[in-house]
Amino acid sequence: MTQLKIEQLSYQVDQQVILTDINLTVETGSYLTITGPSGSGKSTLLRLIADLLPPTKGTIVLNDRPVTQFSPNQYRQKVSYCFQQATLFGETVGDNLRFPYEIRHIPVDMVAIEKALAAVGLIHMPLTKKITTLSGGEKQRIALIRNVLFPPEILLLDEITTGLDAANKAIVLAYVRHLNEDWGITMIAVTHDPEELQQKGRQVQIVAGELVNQDEFSR
Amino acid sequence: MNLAVNGLSLTFAMTLVLVALIISFHEKIGLEKDLIISVLRAIVQLFIVGYLLKFIFHINDVWLTLLMMLIIIFNAATNAKKRAGKLRKGFLISFIAILISTGVTLGLLVLAGAIKFIPSQIIPITGMIASNSMVAIGLSYRSLRAQFKDERQPVLERLALGATAKQASIAIIRESIRTGMAPTIDSAKTMGLVSLPGMMSGLIFAGIDPVKAIMYQILVTFMLLSATSLGSVIACYLAYRSFYNEREQLLEL
Repeated sequence: MTQLKIEQLSYQVDQQVILTDINLTVETGSYLTITGPSGSGKSTLLRLIADLLPPTKGTIVLNDRPVTQFSPNQYRQKVSYCFQQATLFGETVGDNLRFPYEIRHIPVDMVAIEKALAAVGLIHMPLTKKITTLSGGEKQRIALIRNVLFPPEILLLDEITTGLDAANKAIVLAYVRHLNEDWGITMIAVTHDPEELQQKGRQVQIVAGELVNQDEFSR
Repeated sequence: MNLAVNGLSLTFAMTLVLVALIISFHEKIGLEKDLIISVLRAIVQLFIVGYLLKFIFHINDVWLTLLMMLIIIFNAATNAKKRAGKLRKGFLISFIAILISTGVTLGLLVLAGAIKFIPSQIIPITGMIASNSMVAIGLSYRSLRAQFKDERQPVLERLALGATAKQASIAIIRESIRTGMAPTIDSAKTMGLVSLPGMMSGLIFAGIDPVKAIMYQILVTFMLLSATSLGSVIACYLAYRSFYNEREQLLEL
């Protein structure tokens, strides 16, 4: 079933064209990898899909409804974007992991938080820990579970394994796979990383702001 | 009363301006033109206000007093707008914030019987409240702007997690309100230790018993705390939306 449909999507800023007429269809529960040289517009495409940037032209349709028919925050709870080298906000790990509950006005579920921390190998991580004392790998994993404490329909991953060592990368990729296969979250991942490219599903390439090929294959 | 200032003594006092001018010239600070213009403006504006107030106090009309208050608030809003940079509806937001903060504070003072609704009391107090509210709002704007620039990534992260624009900005709003109020709180802490503030000095100058004078100063401290907090809160909550578009997307600064 088609979950996300992108038609004629273009983006330019100050006369500079970043993306031109992107057409893309994403099936429910699928895993799409977007590759391409740096500066080709991959991250911009993810930000447009996340409704964090206004497209110059074109439409994004989620479950047969145009983005503009959703309230911005409701849409972003369904289509969640995890940044490249995510920064944590506030002062502590807890500030970040409680935030998804706070914005929904729901009491914090400590059991769910501990389960999620354990799933990414951070089993004894205290919520009071200062974010300034965390390693890059720990930050990225906390950022990732921040996105999925309330599972979105689609998760947008922007080079989330960049800068991680092999061990951390393996944990993150296994978790992402688990989210896709066991929870049914649709993944759209931008990456350069050879290991991440081995993941699964369909791959497309963006070069100079245009979608150049759509090789469909499954592993 | 023991007030000795006259035209001649003021002329001699102008040598004080020369001191500032010489420093600016000698140290190549380049403020000579600004200094001369600001001094001339101050003289002209104050003379006009002096005669105008004399006239208004003499007429003692409620509508004229209200008009004068409105003019003060309008001028304060115009000035605060300059600090707002490219903020959308900068003037309107400033005007609403200063009008409400001044109105509420003044209203409470009149209701409490601390001041009377007569032009010689209402107009100077309006000026004090509005100017402090104006400064607080200006500081809040600058803080909002600086933080939306520096804290861009955390704001984007919050939005991407499904926060509303308000939820994503609340930390910035709070910090900006704090920034707007800080000078008033700081000066309240050092009141009487560092400076003998304007109202109190003026009354002592005019020969009023210092114990009576400090009571007025305490009143002024309370009213400025109320004015700056109300002004900053209203301005920040109205202004943060200007950093987003209608899809709650954070604009480039």
